Amino acid sequence: MSNVPSDLKYTKTHEWLRTLPDGTVEVGITDHAQHALGDLVFVEVPEAGRTLAAGEPFAVVESVKAASDVYSPIAGEVIAGNPALAAEPEAINSDAYGKGWLMRLRPAAAAAPQLLAPKDYEKLVVEEGS
Amino acid sequence: MSTRLEKPIFEYSVPGRGAEDQWPRDPGPAATDDLPATLRRSTRPLLPEVSELEAVRHFTRLSQLNFSIDTHFYPLGSCTMKYNPKACNSFAMLPEFLARHPLSPESVGQGFLACLYELQEMLKAVTGMQAVALSPMAGAQGEFAGVAMIRAYHRARGDLERNEIIVPEAAHGTNPATATMCGCVVREVPVNAEGDVDLEALKTVVGPKTAGIMLTNPSTLGVFERRIEEVARTVHAAGGLLYYDGANLNAILGKVRPGDMGFDVIHVNLHKTFSTPHGGGGPGAGPVGVSARLAPFLPVPIVGRRGEQYCWLTERDLPQSIGRLSGFMGNAGVLLRAYVYMRLLGREGMARVSEYATLNANYLLAQLTRAGFDAAYPSRRASHELIITLKRQAKELGVTAMDFAKRLLDHGMHAPTTYFPLLVPECLLIEPTETESKAALDAFVAAMAEILAEAAQEPERLTSAPHTMPVRRLDDVRAAKQLDLTWKPTVAHAIPTTA
Repeated sequence: MSNVPSDLKYTKTHEWLRTLPDGTVEVGITDHAQHALGDLVFVEVPEAGRTLAAGEPFAVVESVKAASDVYSPIAGEVIAGNPALAAEPEAINSDAYGKGWLMRLRPAAAAAPQLLAPKDYEKLVVEEGS
Repeated sequence: MSTRLEKPIFEYSVPGRGAEDQWPRDPGPAATDDLPATLRRSTRPLLPEVSELEAVRHFTRLSQLNFSIDTHFYPLGSCTMKYNPKACNSFAMLPEFLARHPLSPESVGQGFLACLYELQEMLKAVTGMQAVALSPMAGAQGEFAGVAMIRAYHRARGDLERNEIIVPEAAHGTNPATATMCGCVVREVPVNAEGDVDLEALKTVVGPKTAGIMLTNPSTLGVFERRIEEVARTVHAAGGLLYYDGANLNAILGKVRPGDMGFDVIHVNLHKTFSTPHGGGGPGAGPVGVSARLAPFLPVPIVGRRGEQYCWLTERDLPQSIGRLSGFMGNAGVLLRAYVYMRLLGREGMARVSEYATLNANYLLAQLTRAGFDAAYPSRRASHELIITLKRQAKELGVTAMDFAKRLLDHGMHAPTTYFPLLVPECLLIEPTETESKAALDAFVAAMAEILAEAAQEPERLTSAPHTMPVRRLDDVRAAKQLDLTWKPTVAHAIPTTA
């Protein structure tokens, strides 16, 4: 069974989103997603200052099986991409919700994201037959 | 096939050994006089020192490590690894073709030009397009040419806002790459549960920014896009053009023509469908065919005909051309092989290719289903390739599609394509091609059934496979991360010289 922490929000495309105390957010891919991809060998994260629309691809994760785009769950401006992932992409495999974060984002003022609650995401993962 | 790994030739090296009669003649010290002293080397290059026989044995043994279509069943989905008749190669290797200089005048190359002209005509007939250019040197370059022409077309009409290329999520990975390379923005559309493009989603994506859509039909999911005419109407109505990726042409040859489906531009992988040994990056050819409105933008040169004479059409004849994609006319050898192959087949033979390619794929699909495997799209007929998903086996038995692929090697068969298309979990994409006999297909089904039984009883035989290959299970992660493949000769081999 996949690991789906109860304090995060999720997307249908397997990203997670954590709201930090200062109102900014942290985004990564879920444990289910990293498991489906397999061992990651390359990660491309966005540069600070980039403006993203909701659903826009902002990062690329590449495993021995496939390269996939990662989509921004909400609109906003990139504060930082995770600099550690260039040298250590496997952090996403070992700690998808912690060291494996992909970017920090300042949400756009009008952002009204449609995100999934943990139990809904869990249901989605079960339906996909993990 | 040999099962012993061959060591690098440097490890056979013994100082002072060699095959002196094979050496280039010493040009003498004057040969380097016009080179600046700083650019002249002061030490000998680090080359292996072996006898002629050792060199012959080394490279012969290396060649015996190959998995190839001439030695093994090779159902690598999406790659069309079919048998390439030796006749195609023999004719393309005629000395008059090989020795022809690309800058020789048209008057002394009429035979060669006639072959290319007729190849253009045959490709027009088989794809239903109005004009063809042969010069793109691979599928990827053909794609580039196609999207570059779409952009040039919109630009020539002053339609400058159109920079979006729509790509279904089942597309070949090269399609979004090509669109990006041509400066376009990629818009993805989903496919439905039966593998068809989601028309409702398509209608919400098309608009005044749509440059075109890139499609393969049959798609990468191994099924025919049934509502292709509606897709074409939707995209055309929005002012966009349709690009056909010819990767799966083997399925429809002589039966359906992309031009009749409404496509405006197509690239053909001659090396896949029309008889050139490929894989490992060998030379390919990706001619492009277009509808009348894109003809002015074709890459040059093209072979034309003035009276009884064949000639090159260049920028002078096509001032709106997107330009040149190769130094001369493209990969001449691949073009000639395709020409011979098409002449050998004829119109009737062309249809037999797709009939047997689809028959073989559907036979495999039926037999594999009977043997206990799950089709990814059970309600659909397969095209020239089929997809099975091992999702159930992965869950119940803990063995993956990759384990099946590796174990097949022990049965003397090349693995199908694994984990592609990305939409289908734990998938094998299997393309038997038209050139395999029923016996070869039955042997494959038997091997798969045997592996399935083994997965239930002795799964570690799969997870640790292959067991009989010169190299065992590779560390994919390490291979992807450590790209340094340099073999450094030891110091003992370095011989400084003052010459």
